[in-house]
Amino acid sequence: MSGIIHDLLKEKGWLLADGATGTNLFNMGLTAGEAPELWNRDQPEKILALYESFLRAGVDMFLTNSFGCNRARLNLHESADDCFELAEMSASLAGEAIARQNCTAIVAGSIGPTGEIMEPLGTLTYARAVEYFHEQAEGLKSGGADVLWIETISSREEFLAAQEACQLAGMPWCGTMSFDTVGYTMMGITPRDLVELVSEMDNKPEGFGANCGAGASDMILTLLAISELNPELPVIAKGNAGIPQIKEGKIHYSGSPEIMAIYAELARNAGARIIGGCCGTTPQHLEQMKTRLERTPMGPKPTHEEVRELLGEPSFTPGGKKRAKAGNRRRRQKK
Amino acid sequence: MTDEEDDIILSELPDDELVPQMHDDLYDGLNEEIVEGVNILLERGWMPYKILTEALVEGMRIVGIDFRDGILFVPEVLLSANAMKAGMKILKPLLAETGAPRMGKMVIGTVKGDIHDIGKNLVSMMLEGAGFEVIDLGINNPVENYLEAMDAEQPDILGMSALLTTTMPYMKVVIDRLKELGLRDDIIVLVGGAPLNEEFGKAIGADAYCRDAAVAVETAKEFMARKHNQMMATA
Repeated sequence: MSGIIHDLLKEKGWLLADGATGTNLFNMGLTAGEAPELWNRDQPEKILALYESFLRAGVDMFLTNSFGCNRARLNLHESADDCFELAEMSASLAGEAIARQNCTAIVAGSIGPTGEIMEPLGTLTYARAVEYFHEQAEGLKSGGADVLWIETISSREEFLAAQEACQLAGMPWCGTMSFDTVGYTMMGITPRDLVELVSEMDNKPEGFGANCGAGASDMILTLLAISELNPELPVIAKGNAGIPQIKEGKIHYSGSPEIMAIYAELARNAGARIIGGCCGTTPQHLEQMKTRLERTPMGPKPTHEEVRELLGEPSFTPGGKKRAKAGNRRRRQKK
Repeated sequence: MTDEEDDIILSELPDDELVPQMHDDLYDGLNEEIVEGVNILLERGWMPYKILTEALVEGMRIVGIDFRDGILFVPEVLLSANAMKAGMKILKPLLAETGAPRMGKMVIGTVKGDIHDIGKNLVSMMLEGAGFEVIDLGINNPVENYLEAMDAEQPDILGMSALLTTTMPYMKVVIDRLKELGLRDDIIVLVGGAPLNEEFGKAIGADAYCRDAAVAVETAKEFMARKHNQMMATA
């Protein structure tokens, strides 16, 4: 195996990834419903400020502000034709931030879901999805991203389409899904399904795992489910800093920097090698996560009890309920 | 799975077996079987409203329970909802003709900046299934769209959905505007979407947060019942 992430992991053992993009931009004046990606062009100094705040917190890698830089999504903001340019800007601003901070870090080009439902349930064809993602991938590549970072995906088809786009762009990639529904993704994918999916791929990611989701406890349980299968590839954990709340009219996440530090330690013990935050994670959270990871030795995998005690009650019981599959659903009422 | 079970002839089943079979078929998202079942019951002289409530709504209620409990996921529920819709298509004109009772009217839409409409579509379909009239504004709605629809449609309920952390605070923008215009008390506001929670719903001034489509139906019914009671009390 080789690759920029692999090499850095070999050197450092674990990597600190960045925190939230959207929720941190809110604190800089982004209003609800506005597309954060437009700020790459309209408010580049704020995007630089966000990137630099992560770099000052000591991250080894960070994501570009390009989560929704695809046609389907930017169409809502009458900017569909600017996908490439905005993606390119998000990555070139990342390079600029690194130069200004005079440090090194991996620039990971963020690729979020299209927001549309793919065939056969929805109307988005696989080919069209690949096209959307490819346009974004080429923009990120052109802007100087080191690796592409597919995130917050809930369906297998969309994960595959985004992966294919990275391959078309000739870029290494990482991919994470959001296990936010009682331990599954919204579309019913389990951590085990994801492990199997990436292990069967020819175009292997440099890392894979989980992001966003439903709080720190759920994230650790998801990581335990992944590491139980002993995947060969490095595992990524980018969980939310708690759950969203409204305080004095502003959005705020419940997880304190102290809690996120515990989360980071448990995430590493649970098998993650690339550890960061998602929604609600600020540079202050990251600083404490970093300190904790540096000061604590690698420990044994946490038990479910420990997770509950240290991070609170998860939203599901692992292995509790099983998804009903077509075929054995029929005639289920007849006993 | 035995062959025998796969060869069920719907038209040969008596009513008390056909209806549970339709619940199963809804659960499995079988469009053709649902259409066939609805037609058989109509031929047997069932009132459209009885078919709607006992065969379709009850079947979707079971789907809703398993969705809520994490046994069914979005793909399965979409298939069930599509089957339900196929049955509804036959019943809808007949329901209007026969003057079936109306549960209430809801305007629903995904907020500005948000393209995700899976949850909203599920809520629409499940509410229609439960007898509500639903006006679907689609995705990416600025506050003006909600206000216009409220003016034009005079709904009982306003439903808002968001799936992104960057869009969910927009619900508060809409509710705050309703308050400014003095319209907030005239309407029941229900909110939903993956990143939300009950506390969040309360904090932005919604009447309730609905965790999923099944909960949305139950909550809508509950609020409509309360509204009727209040009207009775003040009448």
